[in-house]
Amino acid sequence: MDLGTQRVQVVVLKDGKIVGRALAMSGFDPTKAAEQAVNEALEQANLKLSNVNHFAATGSALDMAPYANSKVSMMGADAKAAVFLVPKARTIIDVGAEEARAVKCDEKGVMVDFVLNERCAAGAGAFIEAMARALEVKMEDMGPLALKAERASPINASCVIFGESDVVSLIHRQESKPEIARAVYDAMADRVSAMVHRLGINPEVVLVGGVAKDPGFVVSLNRKLGINVVIPEDPEYVGALGAALIAATRVKEDPK
Amino acid sequence: MSQQTGTEFWRWQEYHRILPNLKWSDKDIITAGVDVGSVGSKAAVMVNGQAYSWGITRTGSNSPESAKKALDYALADTGLKVSDLKFIVGTGYGRVNVPMANKAITEIACHAKGANYIWGPSVRTVLDVGGQDIKAIKIDETGRVVSFLMNDKCAAGTGRGMEVFADLLQIPIEEIGGISLKVEKEPEPVSCTCVAFAKTEAMGLLRKGWSKEKVLAAYTRAMAVRMANLINRVGLEKELVVTGGQSKNIGIVSRIETILGVKCLPMPNWREGGLDPMVAGALGAASLAKALYEKAQKGRVL
Repeated sequence: MDLGTQRVQVVVLKDGKIVGRALAMSGFDPTKAAEQAVNEALEQANLKLSNVNHFAATGSALDMAPYANSKVSMMGADAKAAVFLVPKARTIIDVGAEEARAVKCDEKGVMVDFVLNERCAAGAGAFIEAMARALEVKMEDMGPLALKAERASPINASCVIFGESDVVSLIHRQESKPEIARAVYDAMADRVSAMVHRLGINPEVVLVGGVAKDPGFVVSLNRKLGINVVIPEDPEYVGALGAALIAATRVKEDPK
Repeated sequence: MSQQTGTEFWRWQEYHRILPNLKWSDKDIITAGVDVGSVGSKAAVMVNGQAYSWGITRTGSNSPESAKKALDYALADTGLKVSDLKFIVGTGYGRVNVPMANKAITEIACHAKGANYIWGPSVRTVLDVGGQDIKAIKIDETGRVVSFLMNDKCAAGTGRGMEVFADLLQIPIEEIGGISLKVEKEPEPVSCTCVAFAKTEAMGLLRKGWSKEKVLAAYTRAMAVRMANLINRVGLEKELVVTGGQSKNIGIVSRIETILGVKCLPMPNWREGGLDPMVAGALGAASLAKALYEKAQKGRVL
């Protein structure tokens, strides 16, 4: 289970294979959202709650996780799942709704070092969301819009509050929406890449988290880092998958 | 939210003032400083290096226009025209966009000089809390900058951040500081000061039954801790003063005093004829303008 600030993801592993997964909005009651997602994932897998040997929880709201037998750090979960999906992964960039982090790991998927962009909306999905609102564009349209831009106008990368007024003044200057959208992603990529550089870049670099699905961000980040990051399928499930993989090792250590 | 109630809680007072005890004539050296900040534009006029008048207005989307508006405001009812000004210094975040300025000087130098002018030569540490950044400046007895530190651009604790808060909690911005002190016991500071997240987190605290006072106290405390850390990093040396718009936030200032264990020099009574620390940058700029004018005149004579 990965209990994030916006979404809850659940992955069910059976003998090391993914047999079920589900997603729910955290809302006001993350515990309830997690229960719902667990039921859905188990249904998919044709399993019952009692069949589960070990539940591991991760994410910023992990203290509210139901059924949890143990906890897994978000960095540990990222590392484990990334190497499972991309064996050569050594640097993992995880950009979620409210947090971003970069994790360095070894070939076994064990975390070696990490850096965080802790609870600052700049450099996380919340930045795109706020800027989309200022631009009066749907969040899912931001990425495709940015890809149409021919150039970018610089905006304030370091704070959502100031970024909002920058976007408004760009609108007043009659900059086109694609160019402003690209500026938003470039600003965010600047911030994330500065964070990754503090850690050091070891290939392969894997991008995970909900924002990894946003093509606007991916293009800006690749341009900024000068490499092509690898994006696994369903990057938003990586935290839950990592927790499930670690849960499996804990079953082996401590069989029920 | 402000649209629903029709009240603009973030709006602070725009005003201009002429100090009554000073007269000017053509023989005087009349200078001005124009400080175009990200949130407020301030202009001050000095006669022979003494504060004469000032104006404070909100910065619009066009910096040159805001600069002109602030200067016109400072000159209003004085009988002075822009052409009477011997030298004008532009400063602040929009200083390159002050069209009438003879020279642009950084706001750090101007706030240092302005603090020295307002409080005198004993000031050694200036905390300037502006619309979008926070600076801790060490100065010498003449008001010259010795060293300074600045926060990353982050709205927490800045004027802009407070405006967002005022709107969020629906409390007029000029009352925020006083209200934040109306708690029986100071709550723990919030762990996340990000203003963008405050929109949801402060609401969550209110839903949990926290009073507005308690929410404000927890946030104000956290912001004061950040500012106190900045002062400690630059090295606290007495006397300490606060300039910029947030100098008027008693909740911030008194908490900084508690955390650092020192008293700031008293805030001038700006509502009743005293100098306004929000104009410190513009006053410093006008003061530096006089020095620059005299230097230029000397050069011409020689």
